[in-house]
Amino acid sequence: MPITYTSGEQIEVYRFSIPVTVGVPLLALLLQGFLPIRFPLFAYLDLPLLVTIFFAMARRNPVSGLFTGAAIGLVQDMLGHHPIGLYGIAKTVVGYGASSLGAKLDVENAGARFLVTMGFYLIHAAVYFTVARGMVNLTLDWSWPRGILAGLANAIVGVALYFVLDKFKQRT
Amino acid sequence: MESFLGRYRNLTILVGVLFLQVLGLAVQVKRSGDAENTRLIRVWAVRAITPFERALVWGQNGTSDLWHNYFFLRGVRAENRRLNKEIEEMRLQEVRMKEDAAQAQRLQSLLAFKEQFIVKPLAAQVIGSSGSDLSRSVYIDKGSDEGVAQDMAVITAGGIVGKVLHAYPSTSLVLMINDQSSGVGAMLEKSRLQGVVRGTPNGELVMERVMSDEQVSPGETVLSSGGDQIFPKGLPLGTVSKVSPGREMFLNIHVKPAADLSRIEEVLVVTEKQERAPVAESGGRVRAADILAQRLPSVPEKPAVVAGPSAPAANVPGGAAEPGSTAGVKPPPNAAVKPLTGTATSVDVLKKVVQKPAPGNPGTNNASSSSSESSAALSSTAKASSNPATKPAAETVPKASPEPAASASRPAAPPKSSNSPSNPKPAATEDSPH
Repeated sequence: MPITYTSGEQIEVYRFSIPVTVGVPLLALLLQGFLPIRFPLFAYLDLPLLVTIFFAMARRNPVSGLFTGAAIGLVQDMLGHHPIGLYGIAKTVVGYGASSLGAKLDVENAGARFLVTMGFYLIHAAVYFTVARGMVNLTLDWSWPRGILAGLANAIVGVALYFVLDKFKQRT
Repeated sequence: MESFLGRYRNLTILVGVLFLQVLGLAVQVKRSGDAENTRLIRVWAVRAITPFERALVWGQNGTSDLWHNYFFLRGVRAENRRLNKEIEEMRLQEVRMKEDAAQAQRLQSLLAFKEQFIVKPLAAQVIGSSGSDLSRSVYIDKGSDEGVAQDMAVITAGGIVGKVLHAYPSTSLVLMINDQSSGVGAMLEKSRLQGVVRGTPNGELVMERVMSDEQVSPGETVLSSGGDQIFPKGLPLGTVSKVSPGREMFLNIHVKPAADLSRIEEVLVVTEKQERAPVAESGGRVRAADILAQRLPSVPEKPAVVAGPSAPAANVPGGAAEPGSTAGVKPPPNAAVKPLTGTATSVDVLKKVVQKPAPGNPGTNNASSSSSESSAALSSTAKASSNPATKPAAETVPKASPEPAASASRPAAPPKSSNSPSNPKPAATEDSPH
């Protein structure tokens, strides 16, 4: 499961149809709101984050990645009760980072995807908590065991989800 | 400059987008009226998403009903028999509890208790959630069109779920009690210790602000105290699961929620609650002593002789007014008997009622002995109170002077007020008139 360094010419850039570009994030947001009320453990997953990482890594365009992250994050904020912008900022950073990483590294294999997803989950949580506590003054507490477990769960589900979403990729 | 922006174009855009969002956050924080400022944006998002969530819930419930009600009926007959048996047992229990409830209501009305009654609950179904373990909130399918408003309590048959945070036209966002930003005024059922129940990052409940020198044992029930003006007093919050030393001389009391917060499907929104004094349901005037007499064979049904103005009814404030008896005149509210704090049991309440002397009747009479008998008999059947200060007073007969009586009928919560060695007056209440 090595993360191989590849040249720009070797990396393929993908695009997606408009229904997939709009529909998949919306479906992720919908399922994220619905599934935890039937399956409580599902609340540890962050499907919108996984979708953000997937689109960012596949497109390999930082601008596209950060806007995708910002849009998904802001909609997720609107459905919660915290101030709007917390998820937006965190997912903007993740979108930018994932697409920048995708432009430089080959993140097509399962091992690389696992590590990248785990890492970005923790970055996402770190940004969210920093902004929430430092700027909005929310009384949120960080729990390392919970964070690590949630990161692992997201990474496992993410690897499976990416292989499903790979079917919608279109070569440029 | 242009070449710089061209070279770092991606980074510039990132900084720009982040700056805009930080600016938006700052505006929300500064105005602090987040609910109003961002309401329209949230309404749009909720309106776009919740119809699909409703459809998903409807589809899932329909499929589940079809399966469970038409196909998967194994064991239904046996379950039906068991349930019928349970109904019979519960009917018997109900009769007994109705008696107790009626008695409690009569006694509370005697003391001019004020209680919060849930007048109008509204059933609602959970259709979605915020979808994050950092924000524990759910959406219900009832909104302001159905009368739901902000800060209304949301409960289930099991216990408290949360409160309405935002009410949209057809849906509402409910902040659950295990969210990190929520807080509920709570008290322990037995010891009546008060604190605040909050959520933790793991979605558990912790009761805070209970001093570390207090005795709290696992298994004790935690109820809402009503102090937050949102949840009516006495609703179950959960049970104490673990007690450990916390920060700053406080205990860290872990509470297992009474309602299963991870699997909520239907809830009740308390759309209307009323504060009123409970009204005794029975028709005629019933004295507390009569109620006791019916229950305790050792106590005569009625005092044999009513000696002049000092009728036995005098011992019951405002309730046992015999016609023409001056002792039965209802005293001004809260004149001598302070309202009892907490949800004292009817027996506790009765103890305090019996101790209360008639206003303007400092002398003792024959009836007081019957009261003392009933009080003594009662104390033998009463549950052991957590507050030792109330015990000696319960087994004694009231002294004539209204001042000690008032001290005897103080709330049971602060023990120092009734048995402090520095205060000689309460000791006088324990003197026997004989």
